[in-house]
Amino acid sequence: MRYLLRRLGHAFSLLVGVSILAFLFTALAPGNYFDEMRLNPQIAPATVAAMRAQYGFDRPLLVRYASWLNSVIHGEMGFSFGYNSPVAPLLLMRARNTLLLTITATLLAWAIALPLGVWSAERLGRLPDRLLSWGTAALLVIPDLALALGLLVLAVRSAWFPTGGMASVDFETLTPLNKLRDLALHMILPVTALLLSVLPLLVRHVRAAVADVRNAPFLLAAVGHGIPRRTLLYRYALPAAANPLISLFGFSIGALLSGSLLIEVVMSWPGLGPLLLEAILARDLYLVIGGVLFSTVFLAGGNLLADLLLYWADPRIRTESSAR
Amino acid sequence: MSTRRTFVKWLVALGVLHGMVVCAGFLAPYNPVEQDRKSPYLPPTRLHLADANGHIHVRPFAYSVRLRVRSFDQYEEDTTEPHPVKFFLNGARYRLLGFLPCRMHFFGAEGTRIYLLGTDAYGRDQFSRFLFGGQVSLLAGLLGAGLTLLLGLCVGAVAGYYGGWRDSVLMRFAELFLALPWLYLLLALRAFLPLAVGPLEAFFLIIAVIGGVGWARPARLVRGVVLSARERDFVRAARGFGASNGYLLRRHILPETSSVLLTQAAILIPQYVLAEMTLSFLGLGVPEPAPSWGNLLSSLQQYSVLVSYWWMYLPALIMVPFFLGYLGLASSLQERAEAYKIETSSLGSLT
Repeated sequence: MRYLLRRLGHAFSLLVGVSILAFLFTALAPGNYFDEMRLNPQIAPATVAAMRAQYGFDRPLLVRYASWLNSVIHGEMGFSFGYNSPVAPLLLMRARNTLLLTITATLLAWAIALPLGVWSAERLGRLPDRLLSWGTAALLVIPDLALALGLLVLAVRSAWFPTGGMASVDFETLTPLNKLRDLALHMILPVTALLLSVLPLLVRHVRAAVADVRNAPFLLAAVGHGIPRRTLLYRYALPAAANPLISLFGFSIGALLSGSLLIEVVMSWPGLGPLLLEAILARDLYLVIGGVLFSTVFLAGGNLLADLLLYWADPRIRTESSAR
Repeated sequence: MSTRRTFVKWLVALGVLHGMVVCAGFLAPYNPVEQDRKSPYLPPTRLHLADANGHIHVRPFAYSVRLRVRSFDQYEEDTTEPHPVKFFLNGARYRLLGFLPCRMHFFGAEGTRIYLLGTDAYGRDQFSRFLFGGQVSLLAGLLGAGLTLLLGLCVGAVAGYYGGWRDSVLMRFAELFLALPWLYLLLALRAFLPLAVGPLEAFFLIIAVIGGVGWARPARLVRGVVLSARERDFVRAARGFGASNGYLLRRHILPETSSVLLTQAAILIPQYVLAEMTLSFLGLGVPEPAPSWGNLLSSLQQYSVLVSYWWMYLPALIMVPFFLGYLGLASSLQERAEAYKIETSSLGSLT
């Protein structure tokens, strides 16, 4: 419990730090939304000045940060100039879609990577293992962008899956079950692209971790006791190899979030990615900060989960934190 | 021994690939920004050996191409006159290595134009754009990685060597940078910098952004190495002889970090090339008409291009050997580090 609280506090302080950093950068950076507006001859300078005042841009940075914090407490996270609405509801809707993509991809990636890596480590250096190594290497060297575009070409040409968006035109008229099916069909392409971008790394790490413990004395003893192969691998070898893998879990979430940003844009999935890009191009300050903070929350959440998993899996950490 | 050989092998392969990009002006038949408005979206030129009359030519040749009647993007070959491929012929002016004025190109043809990878919407040669774009993207990757490693080295050395409050402040700061998914961080940094700038400014801006984002991880690694190196016997001996901090860092401690930095470089450079590609693809990087690997692909964001003009996808495939080279280099370096570790640890158990 103390451990959990400490990790939570840590994650929270990170968030505050990131938000301060973001505000500092905005203050240092040249140009903002109103500068672009000033270039527009159809808008009177007085209007721009009035809007600046309305959004509080004529006040010092510290005051702006305080008022932003206040709006965070009220669940608004600042105001989007472009959408003319509070930021949080805009982001929440998009964040849900991004989460849908990344969580599915994370679960699938680990569900595939674990057995594949163990399977490969068991045949270390033999033909299937070498083939798999070649396969993962091939996937590693193809840029994610090329992979996503390639999948898109395939989908468009074959018309097997719908491309673009996350719902068909007649989505509202479908029955709940068909709605689910429609959503799943739309998810296939982006999730596959995400999977292919992180799988090779995960498989390689699982393989290396299991290969590391494979010849440990306790495992040889277990073999000597005649414990069946499957139990041996999954009940004995994998937990012993779990530590680096759990840290990798947190990392994989970060990688998936980054990957998802690009893939959402390429496949026009209505997640945080396209919104963030749009906000950057329009210099919609608070929307950018909000989007970045949301991604930090996800990553911090993932790392927190990894910490808890580690706590659960590794007795050394448990005793260490209770001794303190 | 064998790891050393594979390392050299990958290094040579990468050297050849980069050499091709450096000599882009010579290898590319045309100017990368020169437009041929009469042939937009021309598919890759076909090279023939046998002409329409069935004669076999020793020298490969191409036919000139014209628009098919009542079509805007369908072309047909004009088979009346073959135009043989010529080597070392004069063409568009360029500067070899950036300063030698030169006109000679490796290949080309007289009377028609040879587009190995087809043309884009403005009739620009995709092959020339790929080579010149490589100069931008690869240089951005190299310089960005250099910047990152320099930052990481400084921060890591200070944090590891001096310790105390400097260490905790710097490492807290590094954690902030690790707390963000890197693409979000990259975009956020880019978001706060001016958008509409010239190609050269954009290029340096991107290097600064990409290089400034990733310093946290190498800084941590360097800190670890410095922490252990600081307590090594020869360092303590040197300190006992009255060596100054600067001397110790320069002569004894920082050289220890070289293998970590080398491995990191081999990992970071391709990552940063990809980062530049991503930014340019999203329209936040090097602006047109200057070519870069990212904006070469950005036209694929339109479905019509993606579906109708398959050769626009080819640059993405031709990049793969570059990334393969860096992956090979990185893994051979890692293997070497591993072998070194085993060697030293077994030595340690003997003594």
